[in-house]
Amino acid sequence: MREISELLEEIEVLQGLEPVDRDLVAGCGVNAVFSDGDYLIREGEPATTFFAIRHGTAAVEIATRSGSPLVIETLHEGDVVGWSWLFEPHRSRFDVRAVGDLRVIAFDGACLRGKCEADHDLGFELMGRFARLICERLQTTRLRLLDVYGSPVGGAVGAGSGDP
Amino acid sequence: MTALVPAPYRVAASREETDDTQTLELVPVEGERIPYEPGQFTMIYGFGAGEVPISISGDPGVAGTLVHTVRAVGPTTEMLCSLSVGDEVGIRGPYGRGWPGPERDRDDLVLVAGGLGLAPLRPAIYRALAERERFQRLVLLYGGREPDQLLFRDELEEWADGEEIECEVIVDAAHPGWRGRVGVVPSLIERLDLDPERTTALVCGPEVMMRYAAAALLELGIAPRRLHLSMERNMRCAVGHCGHCQWGSSFICRDGPVLDWATVGPRIGVREL
Repeated sequence: MREISELLEEIEVLQGLEPVDRDLVAGCGVNAVFSDGDYLIREGEPATTFFAIRHGTAAVEIATRSGSPLVIETLHEGDVVGWSWLFEPHRSRFDVRAVGDLRVIAFDGACLRGKCEADHDLGFELMGRFARLICERLQTTRLRLLDVYGSPVGGAVGAGSGDP
Repeated sequence: MTALVPAPYRVAASREETDDTQTLELVPVEGERIPYEPGQFTMIYGFGAGEVPISISGDPGVAGTLVHTVRAVGPTTEMLCSLSVGDEVGIRGPYGRGWPGPERDRDDLVLVAGGLGLAPLRPAIYRALAERERFQRLVLLYGGREPDQLLFRDELEEWADGEEIECEVIVDAAHPGWRGRVGVVPSLIERLDLDPERTTALVCGPEVMMRYAAAALLELGIAPRRLHLSMERNMRCAVGHCGHCQWGSSFICRDGPVLDWATVGPRIGVREL
């Protein structure tokens, strides 16, 4: 069975850590399994844990007035789920649910924050990596805010060119 | 000037793709249907309503019918979407330069579509599937607003279930019944594991989406000359005379609609064009 520290190389945001840092991060992680429909994270609850997906899909959801949640993003193999553990007030902002069987590494956020406090080089390294991840997701969010597919004009020939 | 004279076609079938988009199967009232290349378009005249450029979305290998997928966004396209079997329209064309074939045999072909952009790419998919041995990998990445806004859903399922083409679909948002991906098309491109030296990419969709998709494809190392986009501008005459669709030194109707990134790249970010 592979060690958690080895598995970190399959997680994009944690790839290429110095061996000593990798071991420190791995020390806060355990393997976990979720079944279809299980919640990994619930909105409003303390963000004590974050997850790295080894296999499967997780859906980030938000409750809507109709009662039916809206899936706003899916995360897949190699992705990290959750960064609220890193930032005050350490509360989750969305629900995250397993879509099918899901295998993850579950990291104890408080454990890792403590290690970052004790070792600021590690803290700086992780903060930079998670900042990059947040930037990437902000970019995709901005792109979706444009609602490019909903625009009446634009796109292929036939999307309404010449028919205002 | 036969290029400007519409030929009568009759609606043989009309299928609802989404709440505002229909696929029309047209047959010529007389003679054979026009031959065309994937990526070309025609001018469709809705009698009494007006004329609009619409990409051909059918299989170029199937004789007899001419297929167009139309979104109702104005009076003419609304009229076209409301046509019934037996109604007639005028067709002139085909016009423009379509999708290129592979630069070399056994290259990989990546098709990136957004929204209605799958319609002009569908003939290229049919052609590539008919000539499957000419390609190593065939990859279709398709993004849409919501699952029920996706075009050609039966075919997407068929392609995804088969082994001829790798098919990934992603939507901006979905309800929990959706088992596919939620996010944006560039995120699919970033995950592609391909050899850029032997990959040709065809991209069609809203211009903003194409800009981001092109950036992601270039980031993978695909050469600008192997990256092709279908552009849309205000086409009227479709033969490069009226100038409505002039874009820099190109007329989209005549020199496009498919242009490579070497041509598109320097212009796409220029607001004045």
